[in-house]
Amino acid sequence: MGITMAEFLQFFFSGLTVGAIYALVAIGFTLIYNASDVINFAQGEFVMLGGMITVFLGYAGLPLPLAAVIAVPVTAAIGFALYRFAIAAAREATAVTLIIITIGASIFIRGAAEIAFDKRFHSLPPLFGSNPIRVGGATILPQSLVVLGGALIILVLLWAFIDRTLFGKAVIAISANRTAARLVGIDTRMIVGVCFALAAGIGAVAGILVTPITLTSYNIGTLLALKGFAAAMLGGIGSATGAVVGGVLLGLFEALAAGYISASYKDAVAFVVIVAVLIAMPQGLLGKAKIERV
Amino acid sequence: MSVLAALELVGLLRRQRLISLVPLAAIVVLLPLSFSSAYYYRVAALVFIFAIAALGLNLLMGFAGQVSLGHGGFMGIGAYAVAIGPAHLGIPPLFSFVLGAILSALVAFAVGRPILRLKGHYLAVATLGFGVLLAIVFTNEANWTGGPDGMAVRGPTLMNWPLRSAATWYWISAVSFLVGAALARNLVDSPTGRALRAIHDSEIAARVLGVDVAQKKLMIFVVSAVYTSVAGSYFALINGYITPDVSGFLRSIELVAMVVLGGMGSVVGSLVGSAVLVILPQALTLFHDYEHIMLGLIVMSVMVFLRRGIVPTLAAVFGQRWAR
Repeated sequence: MGITMAEFLQFFFSGLTVGAIYALVAIGFTLIYNASDVINFAQGEFVMLGGMITVFLGYAGLPLPLAAVIAVPVTAAIGFALYRFAIAAAREATAVTLIIITIGASIFIRGAAEIAFDKRFHSLPPLFGSNPIRVGGATILPQSLVVLGGALIILVLLWAFIDRTLFGKAVIAISANRTAARLVGIDTRMIVGVCFALAAGIGAVAGILVTPITLTSYNIGTLLALKGFAAAMLGGIGSATGAVVGGVLLGLFEALAAGYISASYKDAVAFVVIVAVLIAMPQGLLGKAKIERV
Repeated sequence: MSVLAALELVGLLRRQRLISLVPLAAIVVLLPLSFSSAYYYRVAALVFIFAIAALGLNLLMGFAGQVSLGHGGFMGIGAYAVAIGPAHLGIPPLFSFVLGAILSALVAFAVGRPILRLKGHYLAVATLGFGVLLAIVFTNEANWTGGPDGMAVRGPTLMNWPLRSAATWYWISAVSFLVGAALARNLVDSPTGRALRAIHDSEIAARVLGVDVAQKKLMIFVVSAVYTSVAGSYFALINGYITPDVSGFLRSIELVAMVVLGGMGSVVGSLVGSAVLVILPQALTLFHDYEHIMLGLIVMSVMVFLRRGIVPTLAAVFGQRWAR
């Protein structure tokens, strides 16, 4: 039995769906990295919070759309608090110290979720039912299209926000040179705080969109942070396009590896590819070479 | 006569810059006086075992300035070497232990050459990939490793004397840590150590000064892999059981956290960082459900308020030199 087109399409669809989620996590990494030079390992927890808060507000009797609309700003506020009370408080700390702070934050958030929610898996009903759509012999879930569409809308909105508003220009100025940005009167603390909130909000939306497909529980964040980080590095850290490309590619590698090579080695294949790419292109696919000043 | 001998010893230690290890050795000898049960020996042994791994990683991170998020992988190699060697290949435990260290060195040598050309966060993700890869192999090759459920580790014997009790492991791990610390101090103060610190400050400047950057980085990577592998073997032997968790991503992160919490570039810091992260979860089990929330909070607070790490920050406050 050779490789059929239908089979390939099936793996491609599932890879694309997962890749879209990785891309959203990676774009959160990139946003925070550009604004503050912090690699935020708590990014995956935002995805968890988005899904879990929606689920539990739903259990509490709220209509799900309202629950989702509340979950996003709540998660964004948690992202802002992470910056305000942990990252900003430790300013002037080295990059590794800041990474450990975000890891501490991710343990803390997971611990809080364990108490506030529970340790079981939860799901949400898909937006447009669960009748699979047939495409070229393969099937795709309507919710996968929701994930892809949602990711696309978020990315376009984010691009417009960064590219077309005064706020976005301030973010770009900060990522170019923080001191210079402060000197021309930009409130860097506020702007960076908002970037944390935005990244958290994007993570929350990703979590809500994907919960009907992959389920959610208090501890899904670690693996997502790891994958999102890998995706951002694959694309080239700091590059928004790179984050999206890296995320989608990582999702596709995994799905194709799971389909054609071995399901239990899919993560291994993904990481082998990432390491190979980085060895060939040490700045990632779309990253810029940094010149060290001596 | 004996006074003279003692003075001579002090002079020797001073010349070898090992005098600052004497308080550490004293702690190792005096600590058991406060132990009231085997449980204390066990926890203290775990502290020293993880301190060995943290010390190895600290050589790489604190002195050469290279991040690794994959050192759990080397812990895994050391651990599975002492598990698989006797169980599947008929190799005696002590010999398996040495083989594990050699294997770790070889793997580090092979992997380090291409990976260490990467810098900063790119190096972090490449090492992370390496560690995850090994954990996946340990999980999937169930015929050899028992898969996700893990496998039993046969207890070793030294000249027909079984190494079983927690107290035995306390002495083995503590003395190993002291030896490792002495070797590390020696390395740091050698020309190689100076070259590594030059690389830490600026790779380009180091290269201009004639340092073979690639070779030095590779060397310290191999050395740190061996330290971590030894710790992994001890960890497997003291537990008598091993699962792929020994080499997972969380383990690698834990090792990095120990180094940074205790203080980068500080030998004593590696021990303190290990003590915090080994003892804290044991103590926090009192808080039941609140265990993780407390752990996260403490890790964050320590890093916010003692941002250079516990030992260097305190040393700066008290103007001490012992911390290095």
